[in-house]
Amino acid sequence: MAGAQYTLNRLVLMIPTFLLVMIIIFLLVRLLPGDPAIAIAGDKASDADIAAIRDKLGLNAPLWTQFWLFLTNTLQGDLGRSILMRAPVLDVVLARLPTTIFLAVYAITLSILIAGPLAFIAALNRGKWQDNLIRAVFQVGLSMPVFYIGLILLTFLAAQLRLFPVGGYGDTFADRLYHLFLPSVTVALYTSAILMRNLRAAIIEVLDAEYVQFARAKGLPPRLILGRHVLKNALISTITLLGLSIGQLMSGTLVTETVFAVPGVGRLMLEAIFARDYPLIQGLTLTFALLVSLVFLMTDLFQSWLDPRMRLT
Amino acid sequence: MTDLTLASGPKAAQRPSRFQMALKKPGFMAGAAIIGASTILALFPQVFAPHDPNFIDYLAVRQPPSWQHPFGTDLLGRDTFSRVIWAYSVNMQMAVLATVFALTIGVIVGALVGYYRGIADMIFGRVVDAIITFPFLVLVIAVVAVLGPGLINMYIAITLVGWVYYARLMRAEVISQMSNDYASAGIVMGYSDLRIIFRHLLPNAMTPIVVYWMTDMALAILLGSSLGYLGLGAQPPQAEWGVLIAEGRNFITTAWWLSLMPGIAIVLTGLGFSLIGDGLADLLRPRG
Repeated sequence: MAGAQYTLNRLVLMIPTFLLVMIIIFLLVRLLPGDPAIAIAGDKASDADIAAIRDKLGLNAPLWTQFWLFLTNTLQGDLGRSILMRAPVLDVVLARLPTTIFLAVYAITLSILIAGPLAFIAALNRGKWQDNLIRAVFQVGLSMPVFYIGLILLTFLAAQLRLFPVGGYGDTFADRLYHLFLPSVTVALYTSAILMRNLRAAIIEVLDAEYVQFARAKGLPPRLILGRHVLKNALISTITLLGLSIGQLMSGTLVTETVFAVPGVGRLMLEAIFARDYPLIQGLTLTFALLVSLVFLMTDLFQSWLDPRMRLT
Repeated sequence: MTDLTLASGPKAAQRPSRFQMALKKPGFMAGAAIIGASTILALFPQVFAPHDPNFIDYLAVRQPPSWQHPFGTDLLGRDTFSRVIWAYSVNMQMAVLATVFALTIGVIVGALVGYYRGIADMIFGRVVDAIITFPFLVLVIAVVAVLGPGLINMYIAITLVGWVYYARLMRAEVISQMSNDYASAGIVMGYSDLRIIFRHLLPNAMTPIVVYWMTDMALAILLGSSLGYLGLGAQPPQAEWGVLIAEGRNFITTAWWLSLMPGIAIVLTGLGFSLIGDGLADLLRPRG
């Protein structure tokens, strides 16, 4: 019961946030100097095209009517037409989205595999050389821009040693895993640095918690304590942390897709920017926002399901 | 009088000052040294750069590192080392200009909504939710796309998005400071709201802001160079680390120094700010 109530509250809270997100995206194109209809129609549009768009956006009507039109169109899946791709924005985005989601899930899996064990080793050897070494390496990793990591991997592993393809995107699942390995590692090295840092602190906190000290005092074998208490709690922190860093993950994929020429929505965003394809920029910005808020929602619900105390706040 | 000297004198002498504690932290000192050196390079690049960063020499194109050109030369024969040094002034300027306006706006807004709460606070909460729903980079490049590429527009875009993070931090800190006796004392004394907020609450709430600021400056350099690399930040022929890396990108197998060397400067500076941030977080933590 309480769980259902929390879910409902959480969903209701999303409505004003969604409206504000829509207002921000709406205002983005209105910030443009000059006539937004010309911007949206593109440089090569005829006067009739521009007039049609002006009519569709209601540019002669007051601002709030324009917003209402924008909102209702969007809710009906009408995001306008892409100038660059000469197709509805929704179709263009949906065609490219699976690649980015594949890359993101791949990167998350790799970052758990990288950060998880290392965070455990660091936390269990707190203050010793293992801890210091792991933290120092990740500290350097955090200071590296994603495009730089990508470029180094691309140069040495793909171009010099020819272990991996320089670009492209496979057809079968196995082929995709192979093609997207370096891009995923690039994103994962960045997200795992964030994850490692927080996970190490979370594990240390659990290790110091009274119930773990009590389990130790009871004489439970260390393996059982680690498995039942520490690991379980660390898993909860991992999922929460990953959920909260979805924004960084998406920023990371955007840059990585550009470096490795992966045909996902991140690279599309840059193509749209250089082509001044404003309907596509709007559509993609909305897509990214929806992805992030969906992950935030799932993280919140997951947390409240595991930890009923969360529902009170 | 005697009591006071007894109480504070010997005890204070036993406890090391924050400055003395800082000297004993190798991480913090290393960070301070890196940022100190970077600042000097940023202020006086002409003293340290051996060549003119924009001098084109078609007879010395894409030369590997040598004594004459420690980081080699680029596709126009410009000295990469000198360009990396000159880029310090642009990239260090980024660390400051991409953060100070966000910090100022965020601190003021955060302090006001934290103090007054009410409807403004509720609206603020929704605005924060909406802005953090966009991946930071996506929103920044969307704004840059509208305003047009370039450094100034990049600062505007980062400020428009970044103030939220400072405001959120400040709001939480002011609310927690409000529960202290000194805040109620100020209210009882009949001080004006502004005096309580800016003279009493704000100075006490600044510690986490300053720590976050250091991390944010590291992020600003990463973000600024990423935008430069993508072609949305500083524009060539300006020497900026991201731009330099992008210029060398197509020659990375034959002229690796073009992209690799500027990256080291980014990593080093980012590391410097992070180390100072971590050190400050430790040093400024209230001592019991």
